[in-house]
Amino acid sequence: MSDIAAFWLDSLPQLLAGLSISLQVTGAALAIGFPLGLLLALGVQSKVKAVKLPSLCLVEIGRGAPALVVLQFAYFGLPQGGLTLSAFAAAVFALAWNTGAYTSEIIRAGLESVPFGEIEAASAMGMLPRDTLRFVIIPQGLRVAAPALLGFAVAVLQATSLCFAIALPELTSNAYMIGTITFRYMEILSLAGILYAAICVPATIAVGVLEQRLGKHAL
Amino acid sequence: MIHGVALGIPWTLAVTAAAFLIGAALGLPLCAMRMSKLPPLRFIGLAYIILFRSIPPLLLVFFFFFGLGSGFLPISAFQGAVLGLGLITAANMAEIYRGALSAIHFGQWDASEALALPSYSTYIDIIAPQLIRVSLPSAASYAVGLLKESAIASTIGVTDISFNANYIAKSTYQGLTVFGIAALFYIMISLPIAALARFADQKLRARVAL
Repeated sequence: MSDIAAFWLDSLPQLLAGLSISLQVTGAALAIGFPLGLLLALGVQSKVKAVKLPSLCLVEIGRGAPALVVLQFAYFGLPQGGLTLSAFAAAVFALAWNTGAYTSEIIRAGLESVPFGEIEAASAMGMLPRDTLRFVIIPQGLRVAAPALLGFAVAVLQATSLCFAIALPELTSNAYMIGTITFRYMEILSLAGILYAAICVPATIAVGVLEQRLGKHAL
Repeated sequence: MIHGVALGIPWTLAVTAAAFLIGAALGLPLCAMRMSKLPPLRFIGLAYIILFRSIPPLLLVFFFFFGLGSGFLPISAFQGAVLGLGLITAANMAEIYRGALSAIHFGQWDASEALALPSYSTYIDIIAPQLIRVSLPSAASYAVGLLKESAIASTIGVTDISFNANYIAKSTYQGLTVFGIAALFYIMISLPIAALARFADQKLRARVAL
């Protein structure tokens, strides 16, 4: 038992370095992905075909293709088109696209939950459509979408483990690396699992609590 | 090139189907535990669900394939992928069943009691058929998600769509085309599943008491 503890203690710094990269990828992907999701949600609802069709394409491909395939497409595929990304940039590109596509649906549902009467009231008061969007629809819609968005943020952290496939030294890759050297896969993968769980379990519980609280206000 | 990627379709389908069946079956007792009146059972159910939804599927699959496989229990890549994805599916299916259970009208329980049906008959004849119908749409969209998640089986060497795409992309340097084809295959497989689920949902929804 003390043997495992010593092994864990030895490898912890390398895993924490990996976790830090996982969190950086998550943060960057969310920082790009959430605004992208909002834009795509508005784009899909647009009446202008030149806006609507590309948005729909981005959403459907982002939701239809596995995140792993999008990731490999970004890292191994884009060089064919003349764009070579670093592993980190490719990871952010793929996960931001994934986040944008999925959250656009969450945000769209949130925006649609704003009662039509409020939009009518805004237009009766002579508000411009863009002001209605900015001050009436988006603030309320995002509040409804908030729990689902946070839930998705947890999923993105888990999805960073896919970056193993493009040799980004994040948590899962580092654990695997230590495993190949020491051949103690079981212990090291367990420790990596504990690290993921240490972040995701409290986050999941917090999202559940938030959902219940907001649910009360909705009624 | 298209043919090479297409060779992986049976493996993608096999991993998805096997993991889904394990999850759909294991999810039932798990849901029962989660909603049990006995605190220890309820705690174990809840802990399982939260834990398995908090660990990345890739890590869990590695855990079974490399961790268990390295000297504890000989396990093939296919078995490792199915086991890892199946256990995660069980946690998610348990939550889907729980949601569906709350959608079944409480009058159904009252009526069963009023008719003095034994409790197994209440579950098997009254609740279970409706539970399956109500949970079908969520289960189907989870299955579509699982289809895409099954791509992680390629990282431990299951020769599915992603594995073949990766192999061909690295040997031809035409990643843009190859991964485009792979993505198209995944979308093409998920469309009929979604359509079938919508069709079945319309047929079955009529047979749920409100």
